[in-house]
Amino acid sequence: MPTVYVNDQPVELKPDERLNCIQAAQKAGVEIPHYCWHPSLSVVASCRMCLVEVGDKKPDGTVAMVPKVVPGCQTPVKDGTVIVTNSPKVQAAQRGTLEYLLLNHPLDCPVCDQAGECGLQDFSFKYGRAYSRLAEPKNQKKDKPYIGDQITLFTDRCIMCTRCVRFTREISGTAELQVVSRGSGEEIDIFPGKPCNNKLAGNVVDLCPVGALCSKDFLYEQRVWWLKGKNSVCAGCSTGCSIRVDQNKDVVYRLKPRSNPLAQGEFMCDEGRFGWKYIHSEHRLKFPMQKLPAGITPVSWPQILPALRQALTEAAKRAPEKLAVVLTPFMTVEEAYLLCKYLKSLSPAARLLMTPAPVVGADDSYPKDLRGQAAPQPKFTIRAEKAPNRAGVELVLHHFGGTVESLDSILAQVSQGTLEAVYLTAGSPEGWITDEQAKSLAKAKLVIVQDLLDSPALPWATFVLPGTSWAERDGTFVNHAGLAQAIHRGLRSPGDAWPDGRICFELAGRTGIFHAPTIRQEIAGEIPALAALIVGDLGDEGIFLKSAGETASAADSETQVPVTGGSRS
Amino acid sequence: MAEELTPISNDDVVWMEEPEMGFWESTFLPAIFSGLKNSLRHVTDFKPVTQQYPEEKPDLPLNYRGVHRLNRDDKGRVKCVACMMCSTACPARCIDIVAEEAPKDDPLWADRDKRPKSFVIDELKCIYCGMCEEACPVDSIELTHIYDLTGLTRQEMKFNKEKLLEVFDQTKDNPRDPIRTHRGILGPASDFTSLPQVGPATQIPQGDKASEPVSTDVIKQG
Ligand code: SF4
Ligand code: SF4
Ligand code: SF4
Ligand code: SF4
Ligand code: FES
Repeated sequence: MPTVYVNDQPVELKPDERLNCIQAAQKAGVEIPHYCWHPSLSVVASCRMCLVEVGDKKPDGTVAMVPKVVPGCQTPVKDGTVIVTNSPKVQAAQRGTLEYLLLNHPLDCPVCDQAGECGLQDFSFKYGRAYSRLAEPKNQKKDKPYIGDQITLFTDRCIMCTRCVRFTREISGTAELQVVSRGSGEEIDIFPGKPCNNKLAGNVVDLCPVGALCSKDFLYEQRVWWLKGKNSVCAGCSTGCSIRVDQNKDVVYRLKPRSNPLAQGEFMCDEGRFGWKYIHSEHRLKFPMQKLPAGITPVSWPQILPALRQALTEAAKRAPEKLAVVLTPFMTVEEAYLLCKYLKSLSPAARLLMTPAPVVGADDSYPKDLRGQAAPQPKFTIRAEKAPNRAGVELVLHHFGGTVESLDSILAQVSQGTLEAVYLTAGSPEGWITDEQAKSLAKAKLVIVQDLLDSPALPWATFVLPGTSWAERDGTFVNHAGLAQAIHRGLRSPGDAWPDGRICFELAGRTGIFHAPTIRQEIAGEIPALAALIVGDLGDEGIFLKSAGETASAADSETQVPVTGGSRS
Repeated sequence: MAEELTPISNDDVVWMEEPEMGFWESTFLPAIFSGLKNSLRHVTDFKPVTQQYPEEKPDLPLNYRGVHRLNRDDKGRVKCVACMMCSTACPARCIDIVAEEAPKDDPLWADRDKRPKSFVIDELKCIYCGMCEEACPVDSIELTHIYDLTGLTRQEMKFNKEKLLEVFDQTKDNPRDPIRTHRGILGPASDFTSLPQVGPATQIPQGDKASEPVSTDVIKQG
């Protein structure tokens, strides 16, 4: 077992583990400050923040140190490597590096969006010195407000770590960013007329360790220390990127990708990153509504639930084969399970249907080569299937003997009278039904719509149940590869809308509080395909429903190699 | 055990007895007369102590903390850079700021990045502690000497940016509320006109060459 010594602390490595000093120290819980190194990008060792002393422990116990400090990001460790991160020599090097990085830095932290999560602030505080010897005026470079539609550059705050440049070359492959000029005149820039607008562009803002590259969408919206984050999963496509929802006072301000080697790696796409605005749409349904003789009226939950239960029971008694629940790939596994189970308890003959996930274009893989073709070994894929949980809902559906049918075919059955009572769950941020399609609902005796946004189906509905977006609920999403990840409630819903899980839970007449991990365990006991959920708490990274070997064979031919690595910092 | 718990040793403890009362003292007459004397002194004192407010204004100490103002810089713009340090520091959570990007194409604002779009202080919630003043990196928010704040509605007591700037215009010529600094572009780092040898509150390790003064006359000022 190879052993590395970090500040006298032995760290055991796995035999095939290839780490650099920063990663080895991380294993020992020791931080080596760094800027330019990132686990998903190539090593350039240009910022010099990670300087450490390195040596070699000989079999006879003597240690031979390298006579000067070396960059830890570029120095691989092997059995017997000794890393010293806190000697006076290293501390002097860190102070010196930070003084250089700050020479021309404007230190306008009060107006800088990065303040509070800035690498320069943190490391200056921990490793720097609190004064500068520069007597000349600072070299001030002009800001570049248009790096891309979503990106602005505060040129003078840049520390030239080139993470952003390497990202566009190595991960997106689009290479819009570059370094121009030399020495202290160095700047990040785009080619004239070629802005950084690729579909992964937003990631350069996350990668930038300082406040140089900023997101126009988030610019000056909030100070970061006011944001409260909850781990969740992006609902944009079936890749299921691990993300964090940052909100303050029930308003979402941004999504940030989390590192998850099992899902997407370190990044997320811009469609997902900026595609959450419907959460605060003015068309959100805020109150449950019921069609009464006087017309459709807002009512309270304690009123609507018994009425709804009664209507469903009657429908199940009258003609169970004409009663159907239509599931959607936007719901969580728990909601699908609760609803299916409830319906089957009303009548085993009731039908379970599901609308297919919307597919837009084809899978889009990165990095791109010169001609815009995806590389054979993709590092990031934006999937064409624009729903987060088709796989999970289908597993539940098939267990209860349901089928996937298109909305048109379901509506045709309603028109023909083979379906009389339909419970439609929607939750799609795009419109899911047109005015024309909605007219076929006129024939139905009972229409229940559980949705997030206003839609043409509402005028025909007998009951309208206001659900919530994915950011406001707890549950499980299963991505394209069968990875089950937990989503968490990050904010409260507007008005009297309830998280869909709670609606299904209380509709089913269960007592207590909807608690996703408990339901998950219940599901695991009932549905063999979801047996892996028995752990209840899925952790930050989620778990594969099938073991690794099975997934590899079951997964489609596309072999995604997620960009993996340690924690982002 | 008990010994360990007692912080002082028994040798250090002195037991005191209550002094015994004499004959006169136990009649309580001396105490009654001394009380009467005190009352008589006040009855015969005709010097007034009441302050005739509002005809007469009180003389407040110079560090009195009253209504806020938002200072203007030398170009008449609001100095505030919308950093929200004050609302972060405020223990009463009564400052609400919405920031916006300064209009880059307006020559007046060309050198500024960020400015407040709205700036509202709830003067009723405020506890006048002065934390906001302490936190401000550009000396924009300050507490003035205005103490007689009245209003007919709660809404009226929420001061917005315009009103706070008005308070500045009203008080800036009052010697009690002088314009204290001209710092206004940004934090101290970008604003040094002379270089302090070391930052304040910094401990310099012995023999750190970096803390020695730079040789003078190397750089031409101007
Ligand atoms: S990049 Fe960091 S150190 Fe620089 S101004 Fe922004 S917050 Fe301050
Ligand atoms: S803009 Fe940010 S990420 Fe790019 S080189 Fe500068 S500091 Fe690094
Ligand atoms: S004086 Fe104190 S309570 Fe009042 S606004 Fe300032 S920080 Fe808040
Ligand atoms: S601390 Fe000063 S500059 Fe910052 S928001 Fe408050 S008043 Fe404005
Ligand atoms: S030189 Fe190692 S992180 Fe930059």
